[in-house]
Amino acid sequence: MQFLEHQLENGLQVIAECNPQACCSAAGFFVRAGARDESDSLSGVSHFLEHMVFKGTERRAAADVNRELDDMGAQSNAFTSEEQTVYYAAMLPEYLSQGIDLLADIMRPSLREEDFAMEKQVILEEIAKYDDQPPYGAQERVMALHFGSHPLARSVLGTCQSVEALSRDQMAGYWQERYSPSNMTLAATGKIDFDALVSQLETLCGSWQGADVERAIPSGGEGGQLEQIHKPEATQQYVLQLANGPAADDPRRFAARVMATVVGDETGSRLFWELVDSGEAEIAALDSYEFEGTGIFMNYLCCTPERARQNMETIDAMLATLRQDGIRQEELEQAQNKICSQVVLGSERTMNRLFSLGINWMLRKNYMTVAETVESYSRVTCQDVAELLEEFPLDRRSLVTVGPLSRWDE
Amino acid sequence: MNDHVHVHRFENGLVLLAEPMDWVESAAFTWLLPAGCRHDPADQLGLASFTCEMAQRGCGPWSNRQFVERLDNLGIVRSAGVSLEHTRFGAAMPRQRLAEALQAYSQLIWHPHLPADQVEESRQVCSHDIHSIQDAPAQQLMQALRRQYYPEPLGRSSQGTLAGVEAIGHSQVSQFYQSHYHPDGSILAVAGNIEWPELLEEVGGLLEAWQGPANDCPEPAEATGEDLHIPHSSSQTHIGIAFDAIPYSHPDYFQLRGAIGVLSDGMSSRLFTEVRENRGLCYAVQASCSSLKDRGCVMTYAGTTTERAQETLDVTLQELVRLGKGIEAEELKRLQARIKSALIMQQESSSARSSSITSDWYFLQRVYSLEELNRILDDLTCESINTYLAENPPGDFRIVTLGEQPLETPHAVS
Repeated sequence: MQFLEHQLENGLQVIAECNPQACCSAAGFFVRAGARDESDSLSGVSHFLEHMVFKGTERRAAADVNRELDDMGAQSNAFTSEEQTVYYAAMLPEYLSQGIDLLADIMRPSLREEDFAMEKQVILEEIAKYDDQPPYGAQERVMALHFGSHPLARSVLGTCQSVEALSRDQMAGYWQERYSPSNMTLAATGKIDFDALVSQLETLCGSWQGADVERAIPSGGEGGQLEQIHKPEATQQYVLQLANGPAADDPRRFAARVMATVVGDETGSRLFWELVDSGEAEIAALDSYEFEGTGIFMNYLCCTPERARQNMETIDAMLATLRQDGIRQEELEQAQNKICSQVVLGSERTMNRLFSLGINWMLRKNYMTVAETVESYSRVTCQDVAELLEEFPLDRRSLVTVGPLSRWDE
Repeated sequence: MNDHVHVHRFENGLVLLAEPMDWVESAAFTWLLPAGCRHDPADQLGLASFTCEMAQRGCGPWSNRQFVERLDNLGIVRSAGVSLEHTRFGAAMPRQRLAEALQAYSQLIWHPHLPADQVEESRQVCSHDIHSIQDAPAQQLMQALRRQYYPEPLGRSSQGTLAGVEAIGHSQVSQFYQSHYHPDGSILAVAGNIEWPELLEEVGGLLEAWQGPANDCPEPAEATGEDLHIPHSSSQTHIGIAFDAIPYSHPDYFQLRGAIGVLSDGMSSRLFTEVRENRGLCYAVQASCSSLKDRGCVMTYAGTTTERAQETLDVTLQELVRLGKGIEAEELKRLQARIKSALIMQQESSSARSSSITSDWYFLQRVYSLEELNRILDDLTCESINTYLAENPPGDFRIVTLGEQPLETPHAVS
């Protein structure tokens, strides 16, 4: 396993974790463009643009892009988050060069007016789809509530109104700014000939132009707010809470994940024993997420409406005890064993390594081996967790609830 | 790459399969028990799931909590669930932990406590699963489509009903366990960085003495389902279509799989192109083969906004009918590349392999090797698939919709 990096003159970065034993190759463009880079009038444009990127270039029609990806037998897709847009494909090594040619080409999309109008319908369908399934958009609502005027308050999908109002030219302007080569990284994992990769990218992307682009990185959300959405037709009540956590470049992020695992992992955690195993709730979980400049802890509860208040009181009491007493050594070790095993098992797939490599580079501009990641989690102590809880109290939070309860304080 | 799968059938009927993958550091197993929801009594729908939940609440020397802590400390990533035919336990772990994982799961399967004081907690867990489906319209639709298409009990969903779960007590759980957690009809499939002689000895030592008779399966009733509309207050309409097809065990299965691949696999597939790309009708549309041991069908799903639901249904049906008229060479070539790549990439995952060999064994009593599957794929031709389609054109559609308004379902499309 060897890590290699190179930067083209126009700023495009190329990174790879080369594994000569791998049976496949994976590659992806990681673009530093997401909901947090949008304005009110551009809300949803990063995600809409992600769709439009597959709609063809000067060299390829939309159908050609789809057909070529299938011709190669590639497993490919794309996703948009608050901070990144990622286009990726995993394929057999003999198709890598063809795959890179295609991925590089679609980064310079035509954005044809006719395709734009058609794809707008698909985006509106996607928004309707998420509105119709739990937790009915509450995840984006709680981010908006918690972050207020902070860029992380912005919705990835946007709203029907904002997407309807978007024009092709607005999207082209956003693309021009954000898909500048210095704002992009090509990451590759698995069986990779790095010299050949760099040489191919010089040819394909060397002429790309674009200015350096800034991103606003204010500190975390304010928290402490509540919003209730009444949805009488839902069966279960859904409650999401956010509190601030360590940022992506904060070494305390390892302690944050360990703590979240102790408190709210799917099995064997405090919330699991108190609420899930006992049948009080369908889901009661705590997760940590990191962004540039800030992080969050997200607590998710799903249960019958009758039990929602009581379950929240149980969670409040649990968090108070946690802050006062911290976690026990055996809980720490159990969480570390779990996390480290998940990290190692996950790393066997070339595609998983691509996401780890690419996202880590986007957030921190560094490379971590699997062993280094395992080591970082193994080093966390109970004292680290206690200090983390002092710095990031879980009770200073924002809450959104959606479901049949007409009044949350009933 | 190693294609050899070891097979051993113990005297008690348990089948052990193993696929060594010396290029990974993990091991994974899938354990199927002949304890599916088809055995739920009609007034206790959900009993197999209830028993599966209870079985995980302590076993052998361990209490509920001790068992979970043990698995967590071993770093075992796990799953459990019930299907029509089976109760399934899955586990993946660093390879050094395989023996301990097998010991733990042998206790779960052979010596569960089924604690009487945790029946109510288990009932709540099962009730939550039913409630969660009520909030998930796409899943609700596909469950309804299975019920409408397959004869009882083959169209059942494992969650059961609230009334069924309410009617279950400790004695029913205990009885279900006694009657269905048996070695005969069980398949334990291990894949990953393993040594076959050690594994065989380990599993033999743990489970050779496990006893129990084979299950009887009641014959299903005749199919009686009809089209159905489920009223649902929402901006979305969900559309499910099913039609007759052959199961995985049929000699022509890969002709069908090829045809459905052209219809739905990948971004250049017909459904994706015609429904989403060319018309922008929906975000998600797909078709897949559904197999039971002796029969099968094809099921499609599309979710769309109410105003565009009729057109989505019409275009999807048109594509199904057009498929009956045949596929083209270019389409087949792309599909072959996709499936071959997917088969090779599956070699990176011990979990995926253990699951795949389990499924092969259940349907075929043998396991396809990679070479054999590649040969089958190479042998597919447009002519062979089109012959199959000419003899078995998609038709006689069973249609289930869920949304504000019912749709017109023209059965005479051709």
